[in-house]
Amino acid sequence: MDSLSVNHLTGIKDLTKNDIGIIFKTADAFKEVINRPIKKVPSLRDITIANLFFENSTRTRLSFELAEKRMSADVINFSVASSSVKKGETLIDTVNNILSMKVDMVVMRHASPGAAKFLSERVDAKIINAGDGTHEHPTQALLDAYSIREKLGTVKGKKVVIVGDILHSRVALSNIYCLQKLGAEVMICGPTTLIPKHIHELGVKVEHNLMKALEWCDVANMLRIQLERQDIKYFPSLREYSMQYGLTKEILDSLSKEIVVMHPGPINRGVEITSDVADSKQAIILNQVENGVAIRMSVIYLLASQIKRD
Amino acid sequence: MENQVILNSKHFELTIKRLCYQLIENHNDFSNTVLIGLQPRGINVLTRIEEHLSSILNKEIVCGNLDITFYRDDFRRREQPLIPSATNIDFVIENKKVVILDDVLYTGRTIRSGLDALLAFGRPEKVELLTMIDRRFQRDLPVQADYVGKTVDTLSSERVSVEWKEIEGEDKVVLFTPEANG
Repeated sequence: MDSLSVNHLTGIKDLTKNDIGIIFKTADAFKEVINRPIKKVPSLRDITIANLFFENSTRTRLSFELAEKRMSADVINFSVASSSVKKGETLIDTVNNILSMKVDMVVMRHASPGAAKFLSERVDAKIINAGDGTHEHPTQALLDAYSIREKLGTVKGKKVVIVGDILHSRVALSNIYCLQKLGAEVMICGPTTLIPKHIHELGVKVEHNLMKALEWCDVANMLRIQLERQDIKYFPSLREYSMQYGLTKEILDSLSKEIVVMHPGPINRGVEITSDVADSKQAIILNQVENGVAIRMSVIYLLASQIKRD
Repeated sequence: MENQVILNSKHFELTIKRLCYQLIENHNDFSNTVLIGLQPRGINVLTRIEEHLSSILNKEIVCGNLDITFYRDDFRRREQPLIPSATNIDFVIENKKVVILDDVLYTGRTIRSGLDALLAFGRPEKVELLTMIDRRFQRDLPVQADYVGKTVDTLSSERVSVEWKEIEGEDKVVLFTPEANG
């Protein structure tokens, strides 16, 4: 089967392994397109996409916007700071108003977990989740797994450790689902206060010692400490966190094998990873950003192909 | 479906050779010419032509593969999404003579998409088209080939298949005709 089993991309949880395979295969072709002298194809010239960002974002929004424009879609942007949401409009009203302007697809980031799913059941447009609270961030997980596949040849059988603020991270949850579906082993690592209580039920290993986790893994995905979501203190100070869980060049060089270092951005240099690690050969952080555009083109393309015009 | 072989393996081989000499007539030593096969089936034509040309001229010919999926005009008119194949053009086509190769020229829509896709790589001096089979009088767009293996008259209900010994086991061209009712 060459078509997706889902009608919207609300989370990795709903995707099958075959879906992820189709997305990767299509992304391979788009990656070639974005490296051409003319980086634009006319596939989506009659599709209109609204990017609704109810939460701040730079990289994801730019990446989505670029992906849409590279495929010749018409794009409208909306950010909450300048919208009527501040005047008390509900989510469905906001979206339905936008859809009345004949929009085919909505890319949405929202602070409430499940917002994308909620919307996908209630409005007549394709929905792509660009992050819903602490729940899922499917395109980030897809591009992370795609980058691992590109660097190591395959995801199957690889050991991936996700380090940091798992409690507040939508990237972590989507990554766990995605990597497990592709046959990787996943470990999470961080201070006890930043690890959700029942996370082991997802079938992941839990480790509190960074050195042990790094010795075990092939890939380390270093997450950002999300201070904006932390309403209470989860650790004494950033300096102490960085001493315990920060990845430095010395630690990287002391390992018995060469591991791949990833980071979903934005980086707090000197907190979760030091500058020399972020800029090292082992880091594939900028490849992740490039692959992000190809993956988002692929997802948008495959969902747009389900839109029929009579 | 009834099928009829319209080009057997002997004539197939002769046709490929003739096409090669026709190409050489116009492009001499291929120093300013590149060959580009259209994915998926044009790649087979490209491989065979390249094989013959390089042995006749005793030099390597610059070749590439072009996928046209993202340029098609029937996107969202199909049940299944179109999954792309690989494009591999690692040379500059600016001011080069380009010969596009495909197996069957039918409505002309694939070639139209191919021309659009090609222009994303630069502005060639000239573009020509080589096709193994030309199903004439079936065009939706004003597209003609410069080099034709064989011209056939067909109905739109019929199907023409170019088969290769590397894939199907034998070089031949087959015309499939639906059986008449009653």
